Amino acid sequence: MPLLEAREIHSGYGGMEVLHGVSVTLAAGELVTIIGPNGAGKSTLLKTMFGLLTPTQGTVSLGEEDITGAPPHRIVRHGMCYVPQVDNVFPSLTVEENLQMGAFILRGGIEARLARVYELFPVLKDRRRQRVGKMSGGERQMVAMGRALMLDPQVLLLDEPTAALAPNLVEQVFQSIQAIVGSGVGVLMVEQNARQSLAIADRGYVLVDGRNRREGSGQELLADEEIGRLFLGG
Amino acid sequence: MWERIPQLIVYGLVSGSVITLGAVGLSLTYSILRFSNFAHGDLMTSGAYLGLGFLVLFSPLLPGRFGPLSFGPALIPAVLCAMAANAALAIGIDRLVYRHLRRAKAVLLLMASVGVAFVLRNLILFSAEADPLYFSHHIQRALRIGGVRVKADQLFILGVAVLAVLFLHVLLRYTKTGKAMRAMADNPELAQVSGINTERVVAWTWAVGAALAALGGILSGIENKLVTPELGWQTLLPLFAAVILGGIGSPYGAMLGGMTIGLAEEVSTAFISTAYKPAVAFGILVLMLLVRPQGLLGRR
Amino acid sequence: MDVLVGILNYLLFFSITAGVYAVLALGLNVQWGYTGLFNIGVAGFYAVGAYTSALVSGPPPGALDWRVFGGWGLPFPMGFAAAGVVAALVALLIGWITIRLKEDYLAIATIGIAEVLRLIIKNEAWLTNGVWGLKNIPSPWFQPVQSGVTAFLAARPQLPGWLVSLLKGAYSWVYLGLLAAVILALYFLVERALRSPWGRVLRAIREDEVAAAAQGKNVAAFKLQAFVLGSAIMGLAGSLYAHYARYLSVEKFEPLYGTFIVWVMLVAGGAGNNKGAILGAFLIWGLWAGTDFLTGYLPLSDVRASALRVVLIGVLLVGILLVRPRGILGEEKFVSRLFKG
Repeated sequence: MPLLEAREIHSGYGGMEVLHGVSVTLAAGELVTIIGPNGAGKSTLLKTMFGLLTPTQGTVSLGEEDITGAPPHRIVRHGMCYVPQVDNVFPSLTVEENLQMGAFILRGGIEARLARVYELFPVLKDRRRQRVGKMSGGERQMVAMGRALMLDPQVLLLDEPTAALAPNLVEQVFQSIQAIVGSGVGVLMVEQNARQSLAIADRGYVLVDGRNRREGSGQELLADEEIGRLFLGG
Repeated sequence: MWERIPQLIVYGLVSGSVITLGAVGLSLTYSILRFSNFAHGDLMTSGAYLGLGFLVLFSPLLPGRFGPLSFGPALIPAVLCAMAANAALAIGIDRLVYRHLRRAKAVLLLMASVGVAFVLRNLILFSAEADPLYFSHHIQRALRIGGVRVKADQLFILGVAVLAVLFLHVLLRYTKTGKAMRAMADNPELAQVSGINTERVVAWTWAVGAALAALGGILSGIENKLVTPELGWQTLLPLFAAVILGGIGSPYGAMLGGMTIGLAEEVSTAFISTAYKPAVAFGILVLMLLVRPQGLLGRR
Repeated sequence: MDVLVGILNYLLFFSITAGVYAVLALGLNVQWGYTGLFNIGVAGFYAVGAYTSALVSGPPPGALDWRVFGGWGLPFPMGFAAAGVVAALVALLIGWITIRLKEDYLAIATIGIAEVLRLIIKNEAWLTNGVWGLKNIPSPWFQPVQSGVTAFLAARPQLPGWLVSLLKGAYSWVYLGLLAAVILALYFLVERALRSPWGRVLRAIREDEVAAAAQGKNVAAFKLQAFVLGSAIMGLAGSLYAHYARYLSVEKFEPLYGTFIVWVMLVAGGAGNNKGAILGAFLIWGLWAGTDFLTGYLPLSDVRASALRVVLIGVLLVGILLVRPRGILGEEKFVSRLFKG
């Protein structure tokens, strides 16, 4: 039984439906990537799973729990955290304060968690008193992921973690994601860098026009001709 | 003309202290709730009247005066109760009015705050009438320091303002609630995503802003000996001038702005009619909007 | 009969005051309703218009006046026009400084300018006669109307008393007619402006400033034009007030009467809708007058009674914002009409 499961999700903004019945699953400790053209509904899917949007049909379950339509602050308590694509840090707060905000719902005892995040991202430890607003895009992304890891979640949702990053930083962020998965967290991410993300993913989904188009292991999808033509540039 | 200036600087620092206490709260609510609260001045008035009410209540229990000051031990519980009551008032107004407009455009909140300002001012007028009420009739002897007259009350007021700004700094920098306030000022959506109970942070913001406003209102009452329902309206322009001058969201900025406006208003009276004090604040505000709208200490 | 005449005269007086407010509300509608500009210094532009008109068309300073300036006794239309022009100039100055900044800053700046103008009126006695106020401002065509009535009555001494007292107040009917003509003219002017390409740009700016700018519109210029036009109309309202009241003093331009009530009127009637602005003016002024009547029965001091009325009207404003932010009439939908066409 999967840890996280979205079944036949219909969702969108206002009256406009973007997702017309999308299903995805994620097992514990798995790295799954969702690729697809712009406007396919990838980000909408993550937002719906995290309770920022309410699905008109379909269910989302996390472990034993039905979390369909639950507000984000409740979902967080069930062990799923989310990193938005943009504006995913508090720029005028320091690195450490950003991480503390990630653990806001806990009463004390966050030192061990801080240590764990610093272990994953040693760069952040050296800069923990620095304001995040002054840091580079790659470092900000680490802060954002670190913030989401502070609650020690079972599942992490990442919305295009490498968007707008320079190529060398993309590599760095993907390494961090692999480290997160290595520590036992299941990661479901939406990605534009289809080739690189499939290369590190256990499984992948291809979303087109708000519907599941393909799914398979990362390697399978990488080898697929149609996908190669559509998304991988040849 | 020039020989009056040292004395005017003393007055300026005192009125700057009162403006600072209002301005830090205004700046705090602005940065977290994202609208200019035009009722903030009237929260100072309500605080001053609450303070006076509690002072009348506690005076028979705690009579006497502190040395050279115009007030005695009764002021301490009176101030604390007034701050708490004013905080409750602000949270109540938020629940009744602003909470329902959280997702509305900022201008609607602005307009609602104008409505709240008139309601609050006239509720005070209704309960206390228009005539001034007196904090004290005690005539204080001023100390002479190098030709400048300074009353003990004035030193006290300045000290309280500095302590309040330090308190706010510590709150924002080192407490969990304060950090959450700054986080919300930065990025309310992310604060929600992180699991921060944003409504509770909003309530704390109102509480701190209104408590400091009450303190400012009471200190103004101590300095002037009296309070009228017009206090908040008369302070509104200096408050905004101070916040814009200092840069929104920074307590030290609000203090810098508050002191500058206080000093400018008082020192200006050496050169132009006292009647135009509010115009001086407005002039600085306009100048600031022209030259550096983000404020002296503002970022961006 | 005398009671009826009294009621009629009261209604007349009521309508003239409400009519002046309707002009103010139309001006505010151009700023807030059309363009989304937040002006909470309406009283300032209103006062500028009133004093300008009184100085241009009023009598020279009297022997007991502190004033040494103005009172050129020019015909009313010149004072009226000057009121609009000077209010527009003040708006141009303020708008030029603040229109590019956030809406909050415009709001603060308009409060500030209204307050500074109030201080000037209060303290610059050489110009405004200060707290003693401007007296004997002439009402347009008062003399011819009044002498006509007097001659008419002298020729018919046997008329019943109630008709005599009704005729003695005939001038107010003339003024109401003048006011109605001005309101109608302004209504058609701003309606036309609203439906013109210019008005469409204003609404686009109100809905989404960034999108309007992206279409190559000079957002700041359009906003400034709307601000200046709205303020000029407020200036005209000031002139209409001055020449009916015939006496100006600073209390008449305090934020409550000069700004706050106008806002309640526009919001109640329906921002963005000119009929709503006029309806709101009459409705809210009726409510205001009605509460005066009601609080008269309560054992309250004048201060308390008037404070209670403001509380009620403030609660009304907040209530409308929470429950029915579109006001009574709401904004007219132009698009649907086009498509039905």
